[in-house]
Amino acid sequence: MCLGIPGEVIELMAEHDDLAMVSVEGVKRAVNIGLLREDSDGPLDLSPGDWILIHVGFALSKIDEREAKASLEWLTGVGDAYTDELDALAASDIT
Amino acid sequence: MKYVDEYRDADTARALATKIAGLCEPGRRYSLMEICGGHTHTIYTHGLEDHLPESISLVHGPGCPVCVIPMGRVDDAIALAEQDDVIMTSFGDMMRVPGGRGSFFDSKAAGADIRMVYSPLDSLKIARKNPDKRVIFFAIGFETTTPSTAMTVLRAAAEGLDNFAVFCNHVRVTPAITAILSSPDLHLDGFVGPGHVSTVIGCEPYTYIPREHGKPIVVSGFEPLDILTSVYMLMQQFADGRCETENEYARVVPWAGNPKALGVIDRVMEVRDTFEWRGPGWIPESAMQLRAEYAAFDAERIYQVPGVRVADPKACQCGEVLRGAIKPWECKVFGTACTPETPIGTCMVSSEGACAAYYNFGRFSRSRVKEATSA
Amino acid sequence: MTQDLGSAIPIGPGPTRAGWAEEAVTAHAGAEHLTREEQVLERIARARARKPRIREERITLSHGAGGKATQTLIEAVFLEAFRNPILEQLEDGASLSTPAGRLAFTTDSYVVSPLFFPGGNIGDLAVNGTVNDLAMCGARPLHLSAGFILEEGFPVADLQRIVASMAAAAEAAGVQIVTGDTKVVERGKADGCYITTAGVGLLERPLTLSAAAAQPGDVVLVSGPIGDHGITVMLARGELDIEADIVSDTAPLHGITADLLDAAGDGVRLLRDATRGGVATICNEVATASGVAVVLEEKALPIRPVVNGASELLGIDPMYVACEGRLVAVVAPDRADAALAALQAHPLGEGATKIGTIGADPPGLVLLKTAFGGTRIVDLLVGDPLPRIC
Repeated sequence: MCLGIPGEVIELMAEHDDLAMVSVEGVKRAVNIGLLREDSDGPLDLSPGDWILIHVGFALSKIDEREAKASLEWLTGVGDAYTDELDALAASDIT
Repeated sequence: MKYVDEYRDADTARALATKIAGLCEPGRRYSLMEICGGHTHTIYTHGLEDHLPESISLVHGPGCPVCVIPMGRVDDAIALAEQDDVIMTSFGDMMRVPGGRGSFFDSKAAGADIRMVYSPLDSLKIARKNPDKRVIFFAIGFETTTPSTAMTVLRAAAEGLDNFAVFCNHVRVTPAITAILSSPDLHLDGFVGPGHVSTVIGCEPYTYIPREHGKPIVVSGFEPLDILTSVYMLMQQFADGRCETENEYARVVPWAGNPKALGVIDRVMEVRDTFEWRGPGWIPESAMQLRAEYAAFDAERIYQVPGVRVADPKACQCGEVLRGAIKPWECKVFGTACTPETPIGTCMVSSEGACAAYYNFGRFSRSRVKEATSA
Repeated sequence: MTQDLGSAIPIGPGPTRAGWAEEAVTAHAGAEHLTREEQVLERIARARARKPRIREERITLSHGAGGKATQTLIEAVFLEAFRNPILEQLEDGASLSTPAGRLAFTTDSYVVSPLFFPGGNIGDLAVNGTVNDLAMCGARPLHLSAGFILEEGFPVADLQRIVASMAAAAEAAGVQIVTGDTKVVERGKADGCYITTAGVGLLERPLTLSAAAAQPGDVVLVSGPIGDHGITVMLARGELDIEADIVSDTAPLHGITADLLDAAGDGVRLLRDATRGGVATICNEVATASGVAVVLEEKALPIRPVVNGASELLGIDPMYVACEGRLVAVVAPDRADAALAALQAHPLGEGATKIGTIGADPPGLVLLKTAFGGTRIVDLLVGDPLPRIC
């Protein structure tokens, strides 16, 4: 039920203010992006290529690429430090 | 899958697990509650606990909106569905949930028009296509889902649809957390906080937890590395002597949440005085109902639902599982009278419930078997 | 304006109780309470070993999903009434010894909705599905029967399309449809067209394939990407407003099976086509029948990105999604390489791969080693995520 999936915006649909065509690994679905628009006629900061979080047919949030990059870099760093440690362990010989 | 696969990497998991183990104080045990049903599901489907040291245990909280619907409320929905002119629409998760007399599946078998939908907007489509029927949407979910229902009601109003209604069972997450925190036999050290609810309500609503109850909370994403990172962040807080609200899921959750979504909820709905949760019982100000202006879309105003209360069997120990007092397998009816097919209580009802997740996915975990047999 | 629905249900002074829940508690009262975690498996096994009973008063869609409810229905109703040693084996087809030789005999029914979908239609499914059940017994498929239940008002042009597909599928599979039947029911019943088939094949090879034959050390193979058919049909219903570039994998497996059996002979323990309930259901059947553990590697499961994407979006697990042109084979370790090579060499075996092994412990369970480095159970399906797939 908490199911929120990241999807890529393919196009903002011209006929419908509040709909965008979104792709999840090649599966396409129209998603309501009304919750990303400030007011009913307000500006929408969304373009094809942006990534959004989809939940029951609605976009809840735009994925912050900067934050995503930062979190992945941190995770990779943790991974690297670990493999470095393991490599060092394997390489050292205290006998 | 982008933004998914990177957060499932096993090597990074092992690395993070080592860091987590390094932060454990010798001789101390840690009990962390993960609130969301989605977190419970991830933990079990990926076998995340296999990466945690034995001194850290994860307690599965009340954040499963399917599980907390009382049986009597399901009966109410079935009573609505059984009306000749009604088409009941519902998320797939609810189809198997039993009420006092049976589930939506059983009712459908007996002839009720009950249809599964992926989105409340699908219900609107059905309403437009069936002008001679009333289409009712069985609305469930925490604040993650509430804005979607609200937007759908606004759209129905804008289109002047007169045959669409909502049976509103939306619940709020913070009152449930407060109910857990008020238990006298609480054994929790910290919280892994709801991720998607927070995209709507933001992180500010949780700050009372460290401030007034002295427990840290980290708002967490739903991929296994998200959860593991959140555990790490909590352990780091313990080590540093901090007690704060932190956001692990910053790529998706803005600290301020989604003001438009909150505004839309507030326009269409108001907080109920009280609401019954299966398990914790009656919790004040914990659920939503449609405002009077939207009475035309409120199934409870159009129909007088029976409102029968159906109690769980006395043998049910869900309350203790939810509080972290006992583990699923310690419940006297787990696996015998209470199974996913015959869920006696809330924890077994959907695959996100603590007992169901354990039964379906987790019941064989080598490290746990080792732990138990060496005890 | 408020319609009172309360009259249907008596409203007493306090909370009432759910009859089915109270009954479940009483039925298991007195069961020894094994509290330690390692005893959980035993407790669940004991509860499941009790005689299967149908609790429901009416058939629900769960009974057709291929999971727990289907199994209970088969055991408590059909097996209970028809019981005989051949039926008790519950394989894809029955192996019969007759004075004329050994035959394989199977039956199937097709109720798929919609009737036409990307990659095929109900006719292709009917022929391929029946041929496949025979092939899974190790038989050479010979003859099929086809019974049609048609709804009043069904377009003849649609029937001709279906039948043309069946003719083409039969030719491709080297079988003939030699007998049939037709009934018409009133408008509103039969959803257009239902097809029932029976098939007979020759068991020429001196082999007995059985779900009970798996042994620790054996290798589990699958012939290609899983979940294509189920997802295709679900999207083709048009209710979900989802588009994707995916077609059904419906295909006759007699050829690839013959190649496999030629290459690995008596090293093949069993074959199953992964229809309703998917690969997960087959693995559970093998684990239970053979009393072994089936240990799968999540990273090894072949799943197309688009099937993965649709499954993530809908919250379903591809391991339970139906295929109509894929087989699962359990093979002895010394013949596994030859078996896999034979599969991969065949056009229908593109993407064939090893997905797991058979272990001794814990018996009767399917384990998944997750890509994340953990372990979890893959249990029998409860409920019905995808109704009417085949």
